[in-house]
Amino acid sequence: MKRFLLIYRYDSNALPKGSPEELQAMTKKWMDWIGGIAAQDKLDDRGNRLEFAGNMIRPNQVITDGPYTEVKELIGGYSIVKSDSLGEATVLALNCPIFMYGGNVEVRPINEL
Amino acid sequence: MDDQHLIPHLFRTEYRKIVAVLCKRFGIDQIAIAEDIAGETFLLASEAWGLKGAPENPTAWLYTVAKNKTRDQIKHRAVFMKNVVPEIKGVQDPDEVDIDLSVGNIKDSQLAMIFAVCHPCISQEAQIGLALNILCGFGVAEIAHAFLTNKEVIYKRLQRSKEKLRSEMIKIEPPTLTEVNERLESVLMTLYLLFNEGYYSGSQETSIRTEFCIEAMQLNRILIDNDISNTPSANALFSLMCFQSSRLTARTDEHGESILYDDQDVSSWDQQLIEKGNYYLNQALKGTRLSKYQLEATIAFWHTNKEDTQEKWESILQLYNRLLLIEYSPIVALSRTYALAKANGKREALIEAGKIGLTDYPLYHSLLGNLYTDIDNSKAIEHYRTALKLARSNSERKAMEKEIAKLTNAEG
Repeated sequence: MKRFLLIYRYDSNALPKGSPEELQAMTKKWMDWIGGIAAQDKLDDRGNRLEFAGNMIRPNQVITDGPYTEVKELIGGYSIVKSDSLGEATVLALNCPIFMYGGNVEVRPINEL
Repeated sequence: MDDQHLIPHLFRTEYRKIVAVLCKRFGIDQIAIAEDIAGETFLLASEAWGLKGAPENPTAWLYTVAKNKTRDQIKHRAVFMKNVVPEIKGVQDPDEVDIDLSVGNIKDSQLAMIFAVCHPCISQEAQIGLALNILCGFGVAEIAHAFLTNKEVIYKRLQRSKEKLRSEMIKIEPPTLTEVNERLESVLMTLYLLFNEGYYSGSQETSIRTEFCIEAMQLNRILIDNDISNTPSANALFSLMCFQSSRLTARTDEHGESILYDDQDVSSWDQQLIEKGNYYLNQALKGTRLSKYQLEATIAFWHTNKEDTQEKWESILQLYNRLLLIEYSPIVALSRTYALAKANGKREALIEAGKIGLTDYPLYHSLLGNLYTDIDNSKAIEHYRTALKLARSNSERKAMEKEIAKLTNAEG
């Protein structure tokens, strides 16, 4: 079994700003999806969400605050799954709720040190 | 209580206390001697009380005899030490030895014994056997009978485990805070497995298996009664055991056959135990860390209400999701899928079940049998038949046969 990093990206302007019930429904979708992966014994680390704030450090010690919230593909969080192949890991991500609000998932094999 | 029932009752409660106090006082080396002293005390009691009737204060009588026998033992050893090993220092004057059988020391000793017996240097299976033997006072024959194996196997296992504890020089002391933090989860696991041996019994011996449940709960109580081990997890496990025990009577019919949850008579569920479970669950939820025991206890709480509501099953589903995030296990994965069916519908659950693919597990097939019922009955029967083939006990087999019969009759 190999480990794969799932990186969640979304358009911050397209983020659902629904009622408490809608937000709760979205939370349920995420929990059910992650729970489904865990039920297959393929979840390594549920990961975390990332807050909006942050810093961008570029060469020559140039620091700006960012990424800006207008960025189209803001990294929102990550998880780590385990699987025998990239194909299988990709299948796990097919039902990710992020697609419901125009986001995407990047699946990358981890090259263990 | 009449004399006939007095001794077995006292044996259950006092034997383990005497052994615990003696072991704590003299160390793990002396387990065998401690058991001998306790055993002889009760032998003397049954002889003396059989002739003259029980004394006014039976417990005090037992403790006095135990103290005297212990002093005799030490005297003999002192003579041995003096004559044979004169260089040995530190041999106490046997008349000054005091065996402290106060309530406080009994509590400390029992806690110390639990942590000594549930030690990671021996296997979990061995821990359960030792717990039953030393902590609960079950004999080799009783344990062998309950585990459907023979006495020699159990005897050897117990001897090896005691020897391991001796060779590792395990100290019998109340645990430090560090030890509690490091080992309590594992100790709780042993108690939980002990409870499960009683609850999910394969053997028909319902009476002794019920006792295992009671014993597990008693040991858990000791953890709760000691401040250092009175953690939220310990309370959560106790709450879980209360909830499950509340259905012990309802689970078996007069022929000793098991009755499934959906078919149980709610009026025979023990409401007092449910109330107790609620109380300890509240205690358990006061902590900040959520362990698997809090989650399992909360799931068990939802099951104390038989009514099928969306809220119940949605809550249970989310609890199972969180449980899987903490620790995966096939049973939890399958139970979660059942909850998913109830909360989100059978079709989604069938898709998820397909991804799980635990085809060696009888529970997997009985789950699929249940999910396929009224969607594709021939597939349902197929899975129930596989579950029947894989079944590991008579009650499991009977339950599968019942389901197959129901569906075959429905097909006409």
